[in-house]
Amino acid sequence: MPTNAIIHDRRHFLGQSLFGLAGLAGAPLLGGELDTSPLAPRAPHFPAKAKRVIFLFMLGGPSQLDLFDDKPRLRELDGQPIGDEHLARMKFAQIMEQRPSLLGSHVKFRRYGDSGAEVSELLPHTATVVDDLAIVKTVQAEEIPHHPAEVFWHTGTRQFGRPSLGAWVNYGLGCESRDLPGYVVLQSGMRPRTKGSIYAAGFLSSAYQGVPLRDGADPILNLAPPASVSESDQSQVIDTVRELNSIRHRLTRDPETTARNTAYDLAGRLSKTAPEAIGLQHETATTLARYGVDPAQPSFARNCLLARRLVERGVRFVHLCHGDWDHHSNLRQGLTTMCGQTDRACAALLADLKERGLLDETLVVWGGEFGRTAVGQKSATAGIGRDHQIAAFTMWLAGGGIRAGQTLGETDELGCFPVTPPIHVHDIQATLLHLLGLDHKRLTYRFQGRDFRLTDVGGNVIHEILA
Amino acid sequence: MLRIITPEFPPVRASFTKLAVLAIVCHCSTAADAQSRARVDFSRDVLPILSANCFPCHGPDDQARQAKLRLDTRAGAFHTERPVIQSGNSKQSEFVRRVSSQDPEVRMPPANSNRQLSPHQIELLRRWVDEGAVWSGHWAFETPRRPEVPQIREDAWSRNAIDRFVLAQRKHLLLRPAPEAAKESLLRRVTLDLIGLPPTPDEVAAFLSDDRADAYERVVERLLASPHYGERWGRHWLDAARYADSTGFETDAPRSIWKYRDWVIEALNDDLPFDEFTIKQLAGDLLPGASTADRIATGFLLSGPQDGGSEPARLDAVVERMNTIGSVFLGVTLGCAQCHSHKFDPLSQHEYYKLFAFFNAADESVLELAPPEQVARRDALRAQLAALIAEREMFAAKLAAGTAASDPGYQERSRTIDSLKHQIPQLESAPVLVTPTVPRTTTTFVRGEFSKPGELVTPDVPVVLPPLAADERTRLGLARWLVSPQQPLTPRVTVNRIWQQFFGRGLVETENDFGVQGARPTHPELLDWLATEFVASGWRMKSLHRLIVGSATYRQSSHRTADADAIDPENRLLTRQSRLRLEAEAIRDSALVASGLRSLKIGGPSVFPFQHEGVMLNRATPAEWVASPGADRHRRGIYTHYWRLTPHPFLQTFDAPDSLTACTRRRTSNTPLQALTLLNDPTFAECAEALAQRVLREVPDGDHERLDRAFRLCLGRLPAAEERPPLVAVLSAVRARFATSNIEAGDRAAWTQVCRVLLNVDEFVTRE
Repeated sequence: MPTNAIIHDRRHFLGQSLFGLAGLAGAPLLGGELDTSPLAPRAPHFPAKAKRVIFLFMLGGPSQLDLFDDKPRLRELDGQPIGDEHLARMKFAQIMEQRPSLLGSHVKFRRYGDSGAEVSELLPHTATVVDDLAIVKTVQAEEIPHHPAEVFWHTGTRQFGRPSLGAWVNYGLGCESRDLPGYVVLQSGMRPRTKGSIYAAGFLSSAYQGVPLRDGADPILNLAPPASVSESDQSQVIDTVRELNSIRHRLTRDPETTARNTAYDLAGRLSKTAPEAIGLQHETATTLARYGVDPAQPSFARNCLLARRLVERGVRFVHLCHGDWDHHSNLRQGLTTMCGQTDRACAALLADLKERGLLDETLVVWGGEFGRTAVGQKSATAGIGRDHQIAAFTMWLAGGGIRAGQTLGETDELGCFPVTPPIHVHDIQATLLHLLGLDHKRLTYRFQGRDFRLTDVGGNVIHEILA
Repeated sequence: MLRIITPEFPPVRASFTKLAVLAIVCHCSTAADAQSRARVDFSRDVLPILSANCFPCHGPDDQARQAKLRLDTRAGAFHTERPVIQSGNSKQSEFVRRVSSQDPEVRMPPANSNRQLSPHQIELLRRWVDEGAVWSGHWAFETPRRPEVPQIREDAWSRNAIDRFVLAQRKHLLLRPAPEAAKESLLRRVTLDLIGLPPTPDEVAAFLSDDRADAYERVVERLLASPHYGERWGRHWLDAARYADSTGFETDAPRSIWKYRDWVIEALNDDLPFDEFTIKQLAGDLLPGASTADRIATGFLLSGPQDGGSEPARLDAVVERMNTIGSVFLGVTLGCAQCHSHKFDPLSQHEYYKLFAFFNAADESVLELAPPEQVARRDALRAQLAALIAEREMFAAKLAAGTAASDPGYQERSRTIDSLKHQIPQLESAPVLVTPTVPRTTTTFVRGEFSKPGELVTPDVPVVLPPLAADERTRLGLARWLVSPQQPLTPRVTVNRIWQQFFGRGLVETENDFGVQGARPTHPELLDWLATEFVASGWRMKSLHRLIVGSATYRQSSHRTADADAIDPENRLLTRQSRLRLEAEAIRDSALVASGLRSLKIGGPSVFPFQHEGVMLNRATPAEWVASPGADRHRRGIYTHYWRLTPHPFLQTFDAPDSLTACTRRRTSNTPLQALTLLNDPTFAECAEALAQRVLREVPDGDHERLDRAFRLCLGRLPAAEERPPLVAVLSAVRARFATSNIEAGDRAAWTQVCRVLLNVDEFVTRE
């Protein structure tokens, strides 16, 4: 389906003022500075390379050493105690062994594509799309336990209660689609350890928070009005609710009321458009097979396909979460399972977006809250695993504005530390905003007397990664 | 109108005031602090900087410690071979030299830590050293001392001590308190807050016509005595107790634990003092002459998720119980210390396992509450069932692979088994704590792994908190210690959580983290006064509620003003009430009450209201959702059966907790999915229809009067003039579609639409 048929261009959109209340005949305005809906589209700071984001968040921290960052030297030294120089600088979450031993990867790597990027045999499908990826091997995080690390990745700080990446993006750009939320969350497998904290709006308007869809056969319940209610009745109810809310708002001045009006407006539209948008029955058997989707079963693959349908229809930020990649033990078995659940679908998503001409304007990001150690974590009862590593780990980015087919950053021969300048989580966040046409230093919100931003006081755009 | 014009509010230039207030608000400090701004306060100013920036490498975690330097204890900071801090002399202090150095090789925190001190923070540290480097403990770990209630001159506003503390805090700031809320609004607020239901039109009428000076206090007494009070406050407590009707994890087996839920409701209705409330829930089984009710109370510890009967699962459950106590009573995150010594708070891994030892010496058992002969009959049926299943498996083993399901003999056996399953009665029982017959020793676990036992530990409490005598180191002793007079945390954490329910935010915003990284109280003296008052009044929760809802602070309007928003948008100075979105259960309960459908029966087994098909499909282990018959479909939300794996979607959509860990504060989201639910969910459609019929029945004639009634039922007030035309337009639009011969049907349809609107307006789901 051609994208433009679904996504309304901005001028048309503003002309209708559908998110602003002016479009409602007779509806009073909310007065003063509050009369524009928080979801009205806004111009970026500078021309954008990407319009939408699909964020594939791999909960728990995938092992880069067994997926992307091949270390032959580590394999040679397998079982040797780690040396002082490394040990002194390493941080562990759980390992308490005084001198843990190195753990070479159990998997084989090969170079693929024109770019010759290294990919593990555990990711045969991702290997077919490496020329579309920019692989970053020196990502650096700050927090070693899961909870603050998850929150840091999404909000730029370890403090709970701050706005998520997706919320910031919609705050910066508004909503591209009239009919769907700007920020949709699709979860499969294990749920985030910090639950809704990673898709919350924090101090931004509630209108920006992620809308989590259910993972079963009915992603959105209660889409249709009661049988006795006609479409025009329903519209009148929604319009009247909004009108009464606006009257009350003049008295209470509570911004939540404005956000609720936005939600009701969107709810009315969702009733009409969501069944089509999330209906996998519109997909061919070939497409389902390509992603590996069983429409009746919740899965990461199903969510990847939904993500494509959603970005196609102008959803600004689609946030997938899947886990658990936290392989402290049973690394071999665990990685095989996780890769089996995600590899085919990730590759299918990229290829599908590309064929539909959507990859150019859709940024796809894959990664977890941290990576895993070069030393093994032993267990008396289970197979060996790896602990958390924040000093260097791998992510990939693809699509809108990314120079594809490159590998960025290099780690030492054991994969413990970067030997090229590390790329901080804030740098990825700054780059993501940059690709969307937003300057991370200018995208601020004043709260409690100071300007907050996603990247806190850090963040540098990674220019090498830009096309 | 309330006026505060006293010499304490000198005319100050507005711009200056705004700046002053901003400075205060951002530092979350207090007006009293403003006076002593000259001096740096260790606990307020220095400790948070140290803990966030230095403790990760120089803190309680001895595995992570660098350069053998620890800065989380006085001894560590001052009594090293070469002390890094020279009291009174920042120039001679290595500590100050390192944090203020321009040389990246020298500067602390190091560049690769990604932590950086601001110039303001460095200046604070320098001044602290120059002022003598006074060291004190973290405020929350010190026993609260009862502060003097501030005396405010010419104070016509305050109703009780709370207000005087609040006023003292804002007295420099020229911010006037908001006026008292309108009577209808106040009644709806206090009714929702105390019993979780909206006031009935009769209650509104009675309050409006009551001119006595103590009309409001009378309402408060009526509500505190209502049996629905225990349901409302019981639900808050069950959030903290992570209550659910199933075990969670993959099996998510049903469990009979509602007796504990009912115990909570009854205890709160009886105003059981919070110290006894605590002791019974943690160690009711160990009380001398423990009653059945005392034993049921221990369901608090057992209501968490449980993954079968293996040893690792048992240990996981013990860890989870301990973490719950950390969040609910102590307001500290104990969880981190399971795997490593705490990075920020003074809790070593060793101490964690000493606490763990108290709970490791307690097991889960089932207390049968049915007559013994019924239990015996049920057990016999269970044994018979197990034998039949075993026999069927043996039979199946003889068949060719894959043919069992179609084999007549197998089918016959399955039918017998199914019919027997349905004959097994569900008897009343409750999970209770018992002391294992064979005493269990506790060890530490290396990096939290149960397969790696470390050294032996005996039960004890963390050294940073008041000590527990050697002969009291039992679970009962620990429970008593939690509510002992010198305990600094439990009373503060408890009054703070109660305050949070009434204002939307605690005096300490991080209600489950009173540790070093937690927020500072906005009103430290008020917090300590409330904590000491709570203990002094015999830990009576109803007294505390009476005090809070009786304050002028509570009774303020929640409407915002541009002036106050400009200065204090977060309302940290409490110059107004807050508009709070109702909890999931309260939203549905309100609709059920307004429509008249509600069944207000208290207690009993959990019920199964309407739920969409398909919700129960996403389960590894199948479970049924058969809608309850009759009035049980319309019980209050607290009685809705909670499957941990597949919670009722209504509860999820409106942010009910997941019951996997203690929830001490609910999130409130605002999504289009909520709008869709209130607009389209069959339960709400049913309520709108019933509400319409009620309005038509109770008010025989007149749209104007009927609209009054509908507003009273839903919002507790009458419509404003400008609110009528849009609703009259709805009536006309619907009626226009019905023939004049069918006025009755037209009225029903028209009023159903109006009622749908009223059940969807923001105010309906909000406590103003």
